[in-house]
Amino acid sequence: MTEIVNLQTKIQQHFANVEMAILHEQITLQITTSDLIKVCYALRDIVDLQFNQLIDLCGVDYLSYGQDEWATTSATGEGFSRAVKGHQPSATMPMPGRFAVVYNLLSTVLNHRIRLKVFLPEHSMVVPTVTNVWSAANWYEREAFDLFGIEFAGHPDLRRILTDYDFVGHPFRKDFPLIGHVEMRYDAQQGKVIYEPVSIQPRTLVPKVIRQVGIEENV
Amino acid sequence: MSKIENYTLNFGPQHPAAHGVLRLILEMDGEVIQRVDPHIGFLHRATEKLAESKPYNQSIGYMDRLDYVSMMCNEHAYVMAIEKLLGITAPIRAQYIRTMFDEVTRILNHLLWLGAHALDIGAMTVFLYCFREREDLLDAYEAVSGARMHATYYRPGGVYRDLPNKMPQYTESRWRDAKQTAKLNQNREGSLLDFLEDFVSRFPKCVDEYESLLTDNRIWKQRTVGIGVVSPEQALQLGFTGPMLRGSGIAWDLRKKQPYAVYANLDFQIPVGSQGDCYDRYLVRVAELRQSTWLIKQCITWLRANPGPVTISNHKIVPPQRVAMKEDMESLIHHFKLFTEGYCLPVGEVYAAIEHPKGEFGIFLISDGANKPYRLKVRAAGFAHLASMNVMAKGHMLADVVSILGSQDIVFGEVDR
Repeated sequence: MTEIVNLQTKIQQHFANVEMAILHEQITLQITTSDLIKVCYALRDIVDLQFNQLIDLCGVDYLSYGQDEWATTSATGEGFSRAVKGHQPSATMPMPGRFAVVYNLLSTVLNHRIRLKVFLPEHSMVVPTVTNVWSAANWYEREAFDLFGIEFAGHPDLRRILTDYDFVGHPFRKDFPLIGHVEMRYDAQQGKVIYEPVSIQPRTLVPKVIRQVGIEENV
Repeated sequence: MSKIENYTLNFGPQHPAAHGVLRLILEMDGEVIQRVDPHIGFLHRATEKLAESKPYNQSIGYMDRLDYVSMMCNEHAYVMAIEKLLGITAPIRAQYIRTMFDEVTRILNHLLWLGAHALDIGAMTVFLYCFREREDLLDAYEAVSGARMHATYYRPGGVYRDLPNKMPQYTESRWRDAKQTAKLNQNREGSLLDFLEDFVSRFPKCVDEYESLLTDNRIWKQRTVGIGVVSPEQALQLGFTGPMLRGSGIAWDLRKKQPYAVYANLDFQIPVGSQGDCYDRYLVRVAELRQSTWLIKQCITWLRANPGPVTISNHKIVPPQRVAMKEDMESLIHHFKLFTEGYCLPVGEVYAAIEHPKGEFGIFLISDGANKPYRLKVRAAGFAHLASMNVMAKGHMLADVVSILGSQDIVFGEVDR
């Protein structure tokens, strides 16, 4: 715990007005797109921080954050699916932007970790690339681009990485259905593999519920 | 005379040396690699998205299928992330069991790696030797969880059940007479711990066997020494972790530096390489086999002396005993709630990482207070390692690509997720 407090004071010294949150002994800095590169270089190069490794980089879509799916009035024969409203944009956006890019950093020299978070509004989903700071970012940024459609300005080779060749859409967005939009099969008559709209129905086996109680008791 | 231009060569997606479904587009100048462009994602199952639609416990089984040769280690990171958010800790005995099985898993992983890597470079025997020992460890998996590979054994709040007092035994059949059966059952008469103890007493000799076949083998050295050299600075820049980083001479091991489970109570060393080539990475992994054996031994001693609970008693998270359900209404309700709805995690986000056999395996979990993860990100070591393929293979010959790929210990379950 003392190490976290130490790191916290160091961060406060170097970055005067950065929004900082500590949860479970992990520090998260929330920064803006314009500060990102400056902060990343500083975190890497300042002698008492030395975050020399980018451990992970990922996108997050906050579209349906904090919404549950369990509100129903009458019983039907549809099982749990009757209660599912689907993901709608929440009226009150809990976050400063729909999307976020999260950077998990590690210092192997000083043995500490930190997390950076950059929020992006839906209309300008562009972040500067950090490949020049840590070259490990290359594929991680391609992944975030592929799955969420976040653009990384200045990335040397921003192509899709995990999805199929010629894939359409960004599958990890919350408004992309779990079953997808197309299915693929081999068509014997045409002698090739073809895509068709999905023939299955989405089904919810366990609806999402949010409960505040019940965890702390008898631990 | 006309000038010969670079040409591209397609390697995979189906190739025995590609360790699964990897497609490499190699730009060649004669037999020298100019550029490598790995195409991944052929095994992409969107595990992270699937997890968003399931209660927490239902995704444990998916974790096994990420890196499908080190199953329980994947579970460990996932379970640790949930426990951190819930603010619970598993009982000490469960932590020892987890540590022991993490090390069993490390041996499983390194044995498969060693066998497959040697086979890629042309040594057939090692493969057979490695699989002989793997068989025993898979039996240990089966005894404890009922499954030889995809165990789903670790649970938030502990492990699924205590170690069995009896090992399953072979039975006589048309193909196996009494004498053969007795021989097979020789080390299966006692408990799982007896069986594992027998294994760890035998295993160092087996490692000697592998080493006598490879370590001083001229062909092995020609194929690996000086191939795919990565400097320590480069290794850090490229996001290397685990044996890949240690092979380059950086003594970084999460089990020592950021201890989890009970690693802080145990004695072991971090093997480190010096050259950062394929040969050093091989030496590091073989040394880890010996260290893991020693760790298992320590766990066995502790586990023998300290019986106790293996799960926490909070039935809001861990289901009650099945027997209790038959008579106790409260247990029945807990059981029903847990298996229809699951449990909710407090709002927050957490990153939990373990020293996976391949490197740092991390789970980044965001919860919005629901019974399902809001976002789950799997940080797989292999993803960063494979991303460095272009840097590592540039300027080497085509045949070296196989050595380099082998030394990265790639498994596509975790790279593609």
